Amino acid sequence: MNGIKVIAERELRSYFSTPLAYVFILIFLVLSGVFTFYMGNLFERAQADLTPFFNFHPWLYLFLVPAISMRLWSEERKSGSIELLLTLPITRFQAVLGKFLAAWLFAGLALFLTFPTWLTVNYLGDPDNGVIVASYLGSWLMAGGFLAIGSCMSAASKSQVIAFILTGTVCLLFVLAGFPLVLNVFRDWLPMLVVDTVASLSFMTHFGAIAKGVLGLQDLVYFFSVILVWLIATTVVVEMKQGQ
Amino acid sequence: MIEIRHLVKRFGNLLAVNDLSFSVAPGEVLGFLGPNGAGKSTTMKILTGFLRPSAGRVSIFGFDIEQDTIAAQRQLGYLPEGAPCYEEMTPRTFLQFVAAARGLKGEHAKARFQQVVETMSLQTVLDQRIETLSKGFKRRVGLAQAIIHDPRVLILDEPTDGLDPNQKHQVREMIRGLAKDKIVIISTHILEEVTAVCTRAIIIARGQVVADCEPQALEQQSKYHNALTLVFEESVAAQDYQNLFAELEPVASVVALEGDNQLTLFPRQKDQSMLLDVSQLVRDRKLPVTGISQEKGRLDEVFRAVTQEQAS
Repeated sequence: MNGIKVIAERELRSYFSTPLAYVFILIFLVLSGVFTFYMGNLFERAQADLTPFFNFHPWLYLFLVPAISMRLWSEERKSGSIELLLTLPITRFQAVLGKFLAAWLFAGLALFLTFPTWLTVNYLGDPDNGVIVASYLGSWLMAGGFLAIGSCMSAASKSQVIAFILTGTVCLLFVLAGFPLVLNVFRDWLPMLVVDTVASLSFMTHFGAIAKGVLGLQDLVYFFSVILVWLIATTVVVEMKQGQ
Repeated sequence: MIEIRHLVKRFGNLLAVNDLSFSVAPGEVLGFLGPNGAGKSTTMKILTGFLRPSAGRVSIFGFDIEQDTIAAQRQLGYLPEGAPCYEEMTPRTFLQFVAAARGLKGEHAKARFQQVVETMSLQTVLDQRIETLSKGFKRRVGLAQAIIHDPRVLILDEPTDGLDPNQKHQVREMIRGLAKDKIVIISTHILEEVTAVCTRAIIIARGQVVADCEPQALEQQSKYHNALTLVFEESVAAQDYQNLFAELEPVASVVALEGDNQLTLFPRQKDQSMLLDVSQLVRDRKLPVTGISQEKGRLDEVFRAVTQEQAS
């Protein structure tokens, strides 16, 4: 446990010792504002809820999350510090988990800093705050899924650019899997069971369910499994890359 | 005690380490020599648990590096080649991170931190970003993290590479100053370093041990061991005296470069000094000699001989 904590602390600290953290948070806040108020028409809808705000999160994460995750392992490998990290008395999975937790906490912080939007709807009307809390949680869990995928892609490549693009692409697949656009393609010629399986793998399906205010066990299990599976994959990739 | 048994490491078709076996006992400072690509760094990476061996076993004080990786790694301090660090950190935060990751706590952690900062003279740069430090300071930060937990085994991959003579001296002093019950393994291709700090030298080439002995024994293998160099007065052509010395009983051969005022005498028997006979001759004949020096042996020549012998 100590190992995970030490790694996570160091990682988190390193975000803030470069401009990365501040640039990221700034852009995240500006974009989520733009999406919510201009494209999502928060005011014009005349409803006191944050649906437009959360609806854009998957798309926002699609290119912002890879920006956090791309450096997780690529940078270690490039600078050679990975040799230092992996010869500390810490298991590989602990290192993977520690780094992931740092990135996830950081994403959580960025998400937390959008609270003025929440305050705004509370000032303007009488929203269902339970739904909003659930949505925040769902959004954070989804960010965790994106980050776990990003962690694995970052371990696979020395180049941060490649890690960024790979992460974006894989995450896009996970988002699109729940859209009629994709599902209709399968629906015509695959059994319903397969179509449902594809749909159930989608971030959107589960995020959508949580964002409605229903914090179902299956959705929680889904996100935690996605995170766990990709983190195990990261550990395997880190291990494999060593042998080359 | 470190034991390495039949260690093999393959990268695809490349055989980097080929059936390497040796052990190192506490108190030994082992110089690990070899040409570039001989498998030095690979062996060190396996010893530290960074790479998995393709075959063979490594045990560190009884802990198997593959089965008991974490326990084995606790025994180790490691300076990887080029001393990589987290460049955005300061030496202070970096060393505190390593101390915490090594499980040092509270007062003990503070005391060890103070100790290594002093040993490595890092006081002046503690709060500067590592990326802004000079190469020498970076190397010292790397060494500091390797010794902060006072490990029983210290593995240093080219610790003095790229340092100026003063810094090299400091690093060697540090290694010599380590407690006598530790194991230190240093890889280097600076041969003088081996005679300066090591109690034992292993030369590897093509992933195999080609020499394993004390540095002095290595010098004795040199054909220059106990050879004498005679320096004549500036105006004298040393060649004129070549035959005179060649006739001496203990002298095997005499080499003179044309137009040079020096002669090099090789002994018939390596363990025998020719100094008495030669100086006697110089005195008797009143030869215009200004200096005589006796060589211990040339490590670079031995190094070339054993590593190329292997190649051919």
